[in-house]
Order: sequence, then C-alpha cells, then structure tokens
Amino acid sequence: MALSRRNFLRKAATGGAAAAAAACTAVTAAPEANALQRPPKPMPPDAVGLLYDSTLCIGCKACMTACKESNGLPKEINADAQPWNEGTWDSPVELSAKTFNIIKCFTDGAASEKDREKDGFAFIKRQCMHCADPSCVSVCPVSAMTKNATTGIVNYNPDACIGCRYCVLSCPFGVPKYDYDDPFGKIGKCELCSHRLAESKLPACADVCPTGATLFGRSEDLRKEAHRRVALKAGERTEHPRGDIGGTVGGQRPGHEATVHAVYQPHIYGETELGGTQCLAVSAVPFDKLNLPTNVPEYGYPTLSEGIQHTLYAGMVGPAAVFAGLAWLAHRNAKDHPEE
Amino acid sequence: MSAHAHTPLGGRLFTLPFLICLALVAVAASVLVERYQYGLGAVTNLSDGYPWGIWVAVDIVIGTAFGCAGYVMALLVYILNRGQYHPMVRPAVLASLFGYGLAGIAVLVDLGRYWNFWHLLAPWYAQPNSVMFEVGLCVAAYSTVLVIEFAPAFLERFGMAKAKAALNKVLWVFIALGVLLPTMHQSSLGTMMVIVGHKLSPLWQTQLLPVFFLATAVLMGFAIVVWEAVLSSLSFRRPQETPMLRKLAGIMAVLGLGFLTLRLVDLLVRGQLGTAFGGPLSGMFWSETLLLAAGSLILLPKANRGRTRALFVASSLLLAGGILYRLNVYLVGFTPAVGPWHYFPSVKEIMVTVGIFALEVALYLVFVKTLPVMHATNAVQPKHG
Repeated sequence: MALSRRNFLRKAATGGAAAAAAACTAVTAAPEANALQRPPKPMPPDAVGLLYDSTLCIGCKACMTACKESNGLPKEINADAQPWNEGTWDSPVELSAKTFNIIKCFTDGAASEKDREKDGFAFIKRQCMHCADPSCVSVCPVSAMTKNATTGIVNYNPDACIGCRYCVLSCPFGVPKYDYDDPFGKIGKCELCSHRLAESKLPACADVCPTGATLFGRSEDLRKEAHRRVALKAGERTEHPRGDIGGTVGGQRPGHEATVHAVYQPHIYGETELGGTQCLAVSAVPFDKLNLPTNVPEYGYPTLSEGIQHTLYAGMVGPAAVFAGLAWLAHRNAKDHPEE
Repeated sequence: MSAHAHTPLGGRLFTLPFLICLALVAVAASVLVERYQYGLGAVTNLSDGYPWGIWVAVDIVIGTAFGCAGYVMALLVYILNRGQYHPMVRPAVLASLFGYGLAGIAVLVDLGRYWNFWHLLAPWYAQPNSVMFEVGLCVAAYSTVLVIEFAPAFLERFGMAKAKAALNKVLWVFIALGVLLPTMHQSSLGTMMVIVGHKLSPLWQTQLLPVFFLATAVLMGFAIVVWEAVLSSLSFRRPQETPMLRKLAGIMAVLGLGFLTLRLVDLLVRGQLGTAFGGPLSGMFWSETLLLAAGSLILLPKANRGRTRALFVASSLLLAGGILYRLNVYLVGFTPAVGPWHYFPSVKEIMVTVGIFALEVALYLVFVKTLPVMHATNAVQPKHG
C-alpha cells in the first residue's frame, strides 16, 4: 500500500513536472501566442482626446497656466529655482500631483534650430494619454480610476481612492502622481477637463493654444488629421485648425495657414503604443528623444495581468474546486488529529 | 494524544531582548506620528518614480512570505496528513498570525488615504480586474482564518473546553481555507508586478511571476519553520527537533532546486539568458540565485539534514535568497517610466520597518510564554519517523 502510493506519487510528480514544463513554455512564449492573454479593449467609437503637434508648438506654456487655473492647482517651483524664484513663476520640471500638463524641451548641442534632432531643439507636451486599455483603471482595487464608456476619458474619484498608488506604479507613461507632502494627499492627473467638457467648453490647454499645436477632438478625427500631417512634405503650405477639430466644442474657430518647416516622423505616437491612446502626438524629432516610452508592445499590459487572473479565477470555479478538495482532505484527516 | 500536548513556556516576560524590541517599537511609533501629521513625504524617500518602497516590498511582500509558516505546516499536517509534524503547527500558525497581522498594519501605514481602506471590502467599490483587490480580500480573509486556527490555544488556556470541542468540529473548513487563501494571494503578489511590463527588468518580468511567488512562499514558509525551530531550541534551551526538521530539509532542497530550474527554463524560453550574463542588474540576479542554490545544495546530502548548524545555515541562505528575489521584483529590478528617479529608503522608513518586525518578535515572545503554543518537551520523539 505504502509502496504503491509512493509509486503513484512518483509518477504523479514526473507527469506533473512534464505538464508544468509544457505549460510554462506556453505561458512565457512570445506574447502573440500567449495562452494567458485576454483580448485588447477597443477604443469607444466616440472617444475624445488631444492631438499634439510638436512642430507647431512655440513653447509659450499658455496651456500649463490655463491647466493650473482650470483645475485649481498651485504653483510649483523646481528645486534649482528655489533661491531666486520666490513664487512669481510656476516652474515644474515633471508631471506631479500639482501639475497635470507640462511642456518639456529637448535640446541637442547648439540647439540652434527648432524641430531638428542634431544641434536642434523640440517641444513635447506631457499629460494623460487616456489609453484605450488603461493600466491605472485595471489595477485600481476600489474603482477610483474609471474609464468613461462614451468619451473614454479616464477619471479619478478621490472619495473612493485608498491612496495605494498602484496606478502611479503601473502607468506605462508615468502619468498619475501622488501628493506625498500632504497628509491627506490625492492622486493627480489630467482628466481632459471633464468639468469643462460638461459645459461644452474645450479642455483648457486646447482652448488657449494659439497655434493649434494642441488640438481637441474625436480621437478618430484626430488620427486622420495626424496621418494627413505626417504625409506632408517640407515646404508645403497647409491649413491648421484650432480648438476642436470638429468645430463643435467651444464653437467654430478660425484656423491658420503655415508652411511645413520640418519633415515629420512617419510614426504617430499613441496610435499603436500599448493598445492605443486617445491622445496622440506627431513630431519631427524621434519620440525617444522627447522623453516618451518607445520600446513598448502594441498591446496594453492589462491584457497580460488580467489574462492570468481571468484564467485562474474564471467564475471562481478553480478556487472552488481546490477548496472542495482541500476541505475533503482536511475533513477526512481530521479523525487522525483529535487533539488540536 | 498526550504526546502532542502544548504548554506555555513560562519564564520572565521582561527580558533584555523583549525590552529592546519594545524600544524599537516606540521609535517606529514616533516616526508614524510624524507620518500621519505631515504626510508620507515627510518621513519616506518615496517619489512618483518609486511610489512603493520598503513598506510595501519588505513589510508586506516579504513579511507575508515569513508568515507562510502556518500555511505550509497546515498543508503538510492536515492536507497531506503527515501527523508527525503536528507539534510544529501551533508555533507556525502563531508566527503567521503576527506576520499577516503586522503586514495589515503596514498597509494602513503605507496607504495614502488610509481612512478609506474599508472600500477594499465594500462590494460597491469592488473592481475585480484588480490583482490588488483580490490580494486585499484574500489577505483580510486569511488573517481571520489564522485567528480561528489559533483560537484553540486561547480556549485551552482559559479552560473553555466546550467551545474548543465545538470549534474542533468545524475546524477542517478553516484549515482548508487556510491553505487555499495563501495559495491564491501569494501567487497573486507575483501577478501584481506583471502589469508594470517593461518597467521591470526582463530578468524578473514574466507571466510565471505567480508561479515563482507561490514557490518562494512555500520555500520561505518551510525555511522559517526550520530557522525558528533551531533558534527557539537554542534560546529557550529546549531539545532540538532534528528528526522532524530532517524531512522538511529534504522538501526544501527539492523546492529550491526546482525553483532555480524553472527560473532558468523561463529565462531560456524568453530568450533572456544573455541578460543574466553581463546585462544590467545581473549581479542582483546572481546574488539571489547563488543564495538559493547554496541553501538548497547544503541540504542535498542527507547527512547534512540532521546537523543543526547545516540546517540553520541552509535555512538562513534560503530565506535570504527568497527575500532578495522578492526585493528584486518589487524594487531593485524596477525602473520608472519617465525621468531619472532614485530610491533608497530613508532612516525613518527603515525604523518603521524594523519596529514592525520588532513588534512581531515581542508579541511572539509574550504568546509562547503565556499560552500553550509550544509542544511539551517530553514529546520530542517522532511517532512515524
């Protein structure tokens, strides 16, 4: 009896090891063939977002001021500027719980010409990308981060939030931030001025942008506009819209005509990155120079983590079956342990 | 069944180690006053690049692995029916109770909006796609199960024989839960880091993270049982429990080598073996791997499994390897998305972690001295070999 049981256990162990090896290969193999990946989430058809055109941006930072004003955010003085900046200027260097939108500048060498990689400079606007398949929404244990089913905007509810900062940790773009200097700190990130959109006003950054470098609209329309722009050749004359590309939110605005002065990168940032984002960017300078994560997959990371969870915990059948087995064994063995 | 009787150890409560622990707890408490008054930034080096520091990686992720002693012993004794280890269950469950209880305290210390913590348990806030949601629920449930698993010691101490008999009738339900729940949340602690994607070095980022975390939980659970058994035999001048530890040591050797083999296969399949040789952070990978390999290999020769010194060294090495693996996944192997960020815990941050572990030791000392936790010393001889 004991021997046969041992034999059985040995066989079970060998078989188990072989099965485990096969399972591991399936699980860790190329993500395209990954057994544990849930399908990516599509973008809502009427999703809205921003198109940022680095070649049109003049670095005036009006969008930063408007963002702070509209969201009631305080000034931030960067550490290097503390000795001389006594609070006259807002000078953040990175997104934070007090800065939801920032214009950064890339420079190389002499930085003598705009939108040139060598010896040039270029601007980039950073704010929440409003992912089609957002990690922050997937990780939040208490539904404080939510994705609007119609607009696709990722909103934050501080009244639900427990402050675990899993969203800060997980965001592949490094967007949500927590206020560590406040004993009652909140998460802060761009919500595409949901409060202004509710009044049919433009998000503050797109509202004040003088050149249309930040353009609001349906993500699908913005994507088409982005494709039009990256196909333009240097020296061409073209019309650039301002405000809402659809001309509805915030009313009709005049566009402006300009000459394309630099060759666009063929890639549209956000079109495919991590399952696609509602906010897009086009630029003449490669995106890795603009502090954007570039070496990323074309699917969102929630497809991987939720793939594991949805497989193991599908309908709670697995845990229930394991529990039944454990309970049966524990009950059967209980008579051997009369004294606890 | 008198062979498995438990007795309080008795003895003086206010010993020097106990007082040192209390002093460390007091220091941690004073840091926490500052933390709640001025925010996390006032005492920690946390930042938007590293929103999780040692309070998560050490107090919770590593602390609960230490708390897996009760899990593995319940699995061995009640599920696999290895009755000979019965005397080691109660001390193991007690250690788990404090491991998890104090991880719970650590959560409340680390949460930025701690007054909302109950949202984790409220169905109308539930977000089942979140791995943390599952971990939170599971850990809360398991802490309750541990209290129930340990309740017989209380009931025995206060002569509540009827209540104890009643509890005994249904205890198997809680024992089954006590094995299921750690299996779920210890593996999920690995799944938690899957979603950080490219921000975790390819040396550690894999879909097998849940498997590796479950394996380290079981391995560290056994290692802490052996480590504690050796240490408490020495410090309380009790006879060594070597015959029982011998078998556990065998399990640990197999588990450790199995873990390392799977790690290697995983790196191979993902084509990341080259990263282990000269890639960034390969030093940390090798430290972790060599610690686990050394600990397992010491226990491979059967003769070593009966030697107290070998058991102590091997279980220490395996614990260190498990700690380092989990630290690598949660902190060392992590690179924030954008911008140059750095993290090293502040002194105050470390003092809170030290205080939490000191509280664990202090409570353990009080409990084993006043409650029937340890088995009576005339029961050392094993029954089934």
